[in-house]
Amino acid sequence: MEQVFGNVALACGLIIALGAIGACIGISLMGGKYLEASARQPELMNELQVKMFILAGLIDAAFIIGTGIAVWFAISTFLK
Amino acid sequence: MSTGHEAATNAPNAGEYVLHHLGNLNSSGHPQTTMVDFSIINYDTVFFSVVLGALGLFFLWRVARRATSGVPGRAQAALEILIEMVGNQAKAIVHNEQSRKFVAPLALTVFVWVFLMNSMDFLPVDLLPFLWQTITGNPHAYLRVVPTADLNGTLGLSVGVLLLCFFYNIKIKGLGGWIHELFTAPFGNHPLLYLPNFVMQIIEFTAKTVSHGMRLFGNMYAGELLFLLIALMGMAFPSMSPLGGSLLWIGHLITGTLWALFHIFIVVLQAFIFMMLTLVYLGQAHESH
Repeated sequence: MEQVFGNVALACGLIIALGAIGACIGISLMGGKYLEASARQPELMNELQVKMFILAGLIDAAFIIGTGIAVWFAISTFLK
Repeated sequence: MSTGHEAATNAPNAGEYVLHHLGNLNSSGHPQTTMVDFSIINYDTVFFSVVLGALGLFFLWRVARRATSGVPGRAQAALEILIEMVGNQAKAIVHNEQSRKFVAPLALTVFVWVFLMNSMDFLPVDLLPFLWQTITGNPHAYLRVVPTADLNGTLGLSVGVLLLCFFYNIKIKGLGGWIHELFTAPFGNHPLLYLPNFVMQIIEFTAKTVSHGMRLFGNMYAGELLFLLIALMGMAFPSMSPLGGSLLWIGHLITGTLWALFHIFIVVLQAFIFMMLTLVYLGQAHESH
């Protein structure tokens, strides 16, 4: 059983870590583009900001769902 | 696993504490063990969502009744900003004057309702469960206060949006037109492509609905879990040395405050995204290929 718990712990770490890498790269690409775009056309800033927040929420979603599932695995196995 | 917490004699360990907090007050009396069980009703989710919905409606109604064309009060000004924001988004996404009379207020209701349900996360995680356990006299009573951290709640909302999508598809395109679209979009009108088209449409509707509900649920569930883990950090102090324990206790105050502040952002953002996706999906139902 300890072996299984250890594997589950590793899996949870991987789920969270890989999801976090993806979400961070996505957010940073989008944030960078947003800053570039609003430096080029400052009058579009407010309009773009709303869209950026929506996309930030969409990008975050997969990572957050992964984190939720990983923590659920954790508390139903080795944290129990 | 089934032992609760708050028992004075033996404190629960970390897993028991978290698991107990993730158990719903449902019609079976103990946490759900299977993934899918339609015979169980989560009373707490139903109760809190209905009460919060009624509260939101009452607040909006009261402000609307007192609305004046003179100098607006603070509540009226805030609501005007909100309604204008939702109205602009609806105008940009749903290009149909007639349906907008229903869709725009729907989006406003969804936003306010989801925001209020998400906001239950700001209450201390143990406050309402502890009150409930005191009232019922059962130290192991279950209660979850965030309706959107329950998958049933969020999927209920997204299935409601799906049904409205069906309704508008049929209303705008006619039943025949919609069935025609189901079999001819997205690949094209050819007898060989009818089946792939239909399968793609089914996948599209399923993916839209599931991701719509799962996105809100995942955010709120992860947020709730983090609040629980932070609370655990504060609870650990009796079992440790005075110095380590007090450091942990201070740490739980700091991290709890920081996460609560960040969570304000998530709560508003997720309510906004849920509203936007509702509008986008209903807008798609108005577009013919």
